[in-house]
Amino acid sequence: MSEEKKDLGQEILKEINQDQTPTEHVRKPFLGKAAIPLLAIVTGLIIGALLIAITSQSVYAAFGESIGKGFSTAFSEIGTAYKALFTGAIGDPVRMINALGGDDAKELRQAFNPFLESLVQSTPYIFAGLAVALGFRSGLFNIGVEGQLFIGAACATFVGYSITGLPAWIHMPLAFLAGALGGALWGFVPGFLKAKTGGHEVINTIMMNWIAFRLTEWLLSGPMTRPGSGGMPISPIIQKTAEIPQFFPSPIRFHLGFFMALAVAYLIWWLLFKTTWGLNLRTVGTNPRAARYAGLSTTKSIILAMSLSGALAGMAGAVQVLAVNRSMALGLSSGYGFDSIALALIGNTHPAGVVLASILFGTLRNGATRMMVVSSIPIDIVDVVQAIILMFVAAPAIIRSIYHLRKPKQEEQQIFLSGWGGQS
Amino acid sequence: MTTDSRVIEHKRVAEISSTRKIIMGIVEILIGLLIYFAFTATTAAEVLTKFVMTPGGIDQGIMADWILPSKVTLTILAVISLVIGVYQVIKGFGKWTNLMVGISALSLIFGFLVWQAAGKQLNLAGMLSSAVLLAVPITLGAFSGILAERSGIINISIEGMMLMASMVAAIVGSVTKNPWLGLLGGILSSILLAVILGVLSIKYKVNQVISGTVINIFSAGMTAFISQKFLQHIQGLNNPKMFTRVPLPGLADIPLLGPILFNQNIFVYLMFLILIILQVALFQTRWGLRLRSVGEHPKAADTLGINVIRTRYMGVILSGLVAGIAGAFFTLGSVGRFDEGMTAGKGFIGLAAMIFGNWMPIGAIGAGLLFGFADAIGSKLSLLGSAIPPQFMAMAPYLITMIVLAGFIGKGQAPAAEGEPYEKE
Amino acid sequence: MTPILELKGITKRFPGVLANDHIDLSLNKGEILALLGENGAGKSTLMNILYGLYQPDEGEILVNGEKVTINSPTDAINQGIGMVHQHFMLIPVFTVTENVMLGNEAVKKAGFLDRKKAGDRILEISNHYNLKVNPDDYIRDLPVGVQQRVEIIKLLYREAEILIFDEPTAVLTPQEADELFKIMRSLVEQGKSIIFITHKLREVMDIADRVMVIRRGAMVGETTPAQADKQSLAAMMVGRAVNLEVDRTESTPGELVCSVENLTVADKFQNIVVDDISLEVYSGEIVGIAGVQGNGQTELVNAITGLQKSLSGKVTLLGEDVTKSSPRQITELGSAHVPEDRQADGLVLPFPVAENLVLCTYYKEPFAKGVLLQYPVILKNAEKLIEDFDIRTPNAFTPVGSLSGGNQQKVIIARELSRPIKFLVASQPTRGLDVGSIEYIHKRIVQKRDEGCGVLLVSPELDEIMELSDRIAVMYRGKIIAVVPNKGITKEYIGLLMAGVVPEEPIEFDETAVVEATF
Repeated sequence: MSEEKKDLGQEILKEINQDQTPTEHVRKPFLGKAAIPLLAIVTGLIIGALLIAITSQSVYAAFGESIGKGFSTAFSEIGTAYKALFTGAIGDPVRMINALGGDDAKELRQAFNPFLESLVQSTPYIFAGLAVALGFRSGLFNIGVEGQLFIGAACATFVGYSITGLPAWIHMPLAFLAGALGGALWGFVPGFLKAKTGGHEVINTIMMNWIAFRLTEWLLSGPMTRPGSGGMPISPIIQKTAEIPQFFPSPIRFHLGFFMALAVAYLIWWLLFKTTWGLNLRTVGTNPRAARYAGLSTTKSIILAMSLSGALAGMAGAVQVLAVNRSMALGLSSGYGFDSIALALIGNTHPAGVVLASILFGTLRNGATRMMVVSSIPIDIVDVVQAIILMFVAAPAIIRSIYHLRKPKQEEQQIFLSGWGGQS
Repeated sequence: MTTDSRVIEHKRVAEISSTRKIIMGIVEILIGLLIYFAFTATTAAEVLTKFVMTPGGIDQGIMADWILPSKVTLTILAVISLVIGVYQVIKGFGKWTNLMVGISALSLIFGFLVWQAAGKQLNLAGMLSSAVLLAVPITLGAFSGILAERSGIINISIEGMMLMASMVAAIVGSVTKNPWLGLLGGILSSILLAVILGVLSIKYKVNQVISGTVINIFSAGMTAFISQKFLQHIQGLNNPKMFTRVPLPGLADIPLLGPILFNQNIFVYLMFLILIILQVALFQTRWGLRLRSVGEHPKAADTLGINVIRTRYMGVILSGLVAGIAGAFFTLGSVGRFDEGMTAGKGFIGLAAMIFGNWMPIGAIGAGLLFGFADAIGSKLSLLGSAIPPQFMAMAPYLITMIVLAGFIGKGQAPAAEGEPYEKE
Repeated sequence: MTPILELKGITKRFPGVLANDHIDLSLNKGEILALLGENGAGKSTLMNILYGLYQPDEGEILVNGEKVTINSPTDAINQGIGMVHQHFMLIPVFTVTENVMLGNEAVKKAGFLDRKKAGDRILEISNHYNLKVNPDDYIRDLPVGVQQRVEIIKLLYREAEILIFDEPTAVLTPQEADELFKIMRSLVEQGKSIIFITHKLREVMDIADRVMVIRRGAMVGETTPAQADKQSLAAMMVGRAVNLEVDRTESTPGELVCSVENLTVADKFQNIVVDDISLEVYSGEIVGIAGVQGNGQTELVNAITGLQKSLSGKVTLLGEDVTKSSPRQITELGSAHVPEDRQADGLVLPFPVAENLVLCTYYKEPFAKGVLLQYPVILKNAEKLIEDFDIRTPNAFTPVGSLSGGNQQKVIIARELSRPIKFLVASQPTRGLDVGSIEYIHKRIVQKRDEGCGVLLVSPELDEIMELSDRIAVMYRGKIIAVVPNKGITKEYIGLLMAGVVPEEPIEFDETAVVEATF
């Protein structure tokens, strides 16, 4: 500790995350901190497989014939489904290797498209997961990411199609920023209510979700409707100048937004752990009473945290509209807002963890789309699996007892959330 | 000396501060002005508002229609609110303040209806009757919340429990062609989720808001999965027999009240039954005393030999039971079919009703009826062809929930140990 | 005669701590046994084992000569053991009757509560033992002295024979404490047996029949008040000779640093708890606020430090009106605050020591440049303070929550006193600490005074107030009912004031009266 050059932020961060070198009595668990999330994911997938088997009529039919046949059918059903999941998510390994060997650029792109598409799917997850993680670090539970995402998307869309004649380097960032602002506004309201009246953010953000759904429904079928859509709730297509560029020709959708997400994740990490603002947010989030005692404004911190969280959620919506969909419809989100809660927790509310968890979930969801086509398994199975993973991550003791892991000496990262009583 | 057992008496802020008094007065005056300028001024002098006082399709407890001169009525309502407000600012109503705010708010709502239905007719009784029906899942959700929270567990998964119960009730009800078995199935599925919530929050001490969220995500995913995999292809699985209206003999013939309260389906009666049982049981029985003690001060309860863990499990499981009834209401008492996400946030509004009702069953039902009424206004007015877009009307319950939370939380008394896992050490 | 209760070789280990080390103890019927030891010596652990809240790792418990196992409070109650906990186990929103009968309810048919029957039984007990209460009052409305009576009634309602009192006088005025001792006497006269846990020597001398002293988890001696004196008991308890008094020179008050004029503050239930208070603190003096907990001290401190809004009145600090200022503005003026509840208010437990040491100043140079935190500076600061204030911590990164209570408090003291301050508010700065830490913190506070800082000391421990203060203000039900110089006044006089009794005739100050020591 005598070296002054040492990055103290890093050191302290490690302390916060309880990543100390374990004392001599405790064996460092396999894979360290990642062990619990990884095992949770594996267990979740196993339970998902069971769900596939027990909801398959052909498995029951096969069990009717003989037990052995039943099991073999069950395994083959699961195998087909998960194989589809894998090729849908990453790609066909044989084809990928061949493409790498060959020199056909188009074939190469297409072979790797499933993987790139997974990154596309991950992009909104990263933003949304960061939104929830930032909230948790600040002691707030933002369940309103879904609504903030819708409002953000609507704002980005509006700026994207209504303004014409701007150069792309102004228009695109402007539209993206509009999305962030819209989301920030939607986060500001429950933040303000929490700070000023004590109205609990959990209920308020959920109410704001429903208001956002109704509002966008009205916008898309009224003021923002696409001319000639015949009352269908869909917006006009955004201007070319507002598009977030895709790197490859259609149908490959891999776009700049992914890297924007990584940049934002870095920014959030820097904000949380390197700046006075971040220390402020974390202090209020961990012990609001001590924060007030130390002269911090809990009111400001709560409002700032919720607005920032909302802005991140708004970016999730904006990136989806500007880079992928290019117009807004009601089916914009496949539940990013709720998945993001799981992401934040699996990622240990740390920006880097959130990025990893998001890529994993994006991959899973991308693969599930193919699984639905091949095995006609509804894509909602992903939600079920996510809920199970979230449960295991939240209650590591269950995972530890399944896999006979030792209990770490220090307690796990705790999330500090208040009850209905409000601020303190 | 200090051997007295005198109760400590403090002066109250209200005795020396007039801020609240004046703010309330200003709110009332603003309401009065709003009624006058937004409603009265935009209504023609000769128009009539006709309120039908018997719900459609009911022939018991008929009451004559109610015809009002719109402009005069609106003027009177505006004046009432203004007079209350001015008196409040100048002298104040003291302990009647809240009642007067209530009257003022009622004037606003009634004025809005008179204004919207000016020159038309509005079935007020039908609206109240559907308000009661719409209040059922919210109120039951609030009761469910009370049971869990009085024992110290925040149950944010009422929504998920309701959703799961509504689907299972639909399936069981369809397969057995018996709504009672459907109800039972729904309740059992909800209790199962409650057990998971209990194990996560009590045994594994997971943050209760997060364990609730796990259940909500699980329910949303599972119901959507099963719905898409089976219910949408196999009609026979999603066609339950519903509970029908059961007029209560005698009571159903009371004009206005009869059709609204006593000519409904079994869920409405269940709601009132649970209200009475819960209110009495919580505050008059050994069971209630112990449940509340565990929610207020688990350590104290533990030192007196009360099993905190078991009591909390009981609270959570009963919470699941009531949420199950609320869920079954959607498929067996209201729609007759399961749709994805059909609970539409009612579980969360139920929680708001619980908070608004100060964790008291009687308060919760009051709040539930208020939210139900807001919902009913929305759906009725879109039928009237109101100029306000239906989406805005549909926002009303959510907005009211937020306003109510902003205004009343903090003054309520949440169970003191709520949300804290109990560590026996 | 068989002792009514015997503990043999009780041992209890917590991770890293040997809380009880083969403790033997016996209690005879009809006696008051004092269990003396300083905070953290293991007294409470031992009693929690006896009450079934902890299980011992080794050892056995005998009641009336028979070996028993006590796995839960229910078992303890069935063995006739009852406990008055240091922090009352009462539910504020329940009535006296409800609290007393909880777990042992009087019921009619079908589980309906019979409040009347239970209430009658409470009145019966209350008359028999002279414990005056009204069964229908809500606990939250009762003064602490009465709340304690309710706790005792709870035990008698369950017909407990062995009563454990865990630090029962901590929240009482001296008069209330005397009252309690009378009650305890009358209880043993009627055949009950009492274990009395305390760290206050005076109380042991006053009431105990027999004393057992416990130190660092082990029993170090047994004696009777007749055989021992305070000095020897103190030495036994702490393990070394203790200087019972702080070296304190005459104060030299300078200019006015803080003045409070007609301040009125309400609590969150909108009750007026600070009622039209005026008070002045000069530089170089310690003004002690005496008073039983809950008489508005917390709110007064909060209002002065900007944590709570006042309804009316004015607070002036170092010449500036700070009535409406934020805590940060007040801190920046040059004031410091040692909060009453160190874990809830003073520290962020999961954060490292280093960050906690800059909790109030992290945003200023040199700890931050603009919005960028300067962790090297923050660490250097931490290492210096850890050394200066003798904070026992593995390193500056250790989460402060894993330190002992005394070291946690030292972190706060270090943070607050290391700044150039002119005004210090210290609220119960030694609550729950061991003697060593208490001595240390007292010394630091007096040192700060000598440097010319004005100090406002708030403590319910009258001994602490009398030992440190230059002037004493007594708070009772939201009012300051007297401000007296700490010279030649007696503890009894302050005690009367704390109970709200203002002597009609001015008391003659006995110049020779000796101020009692801490214990």
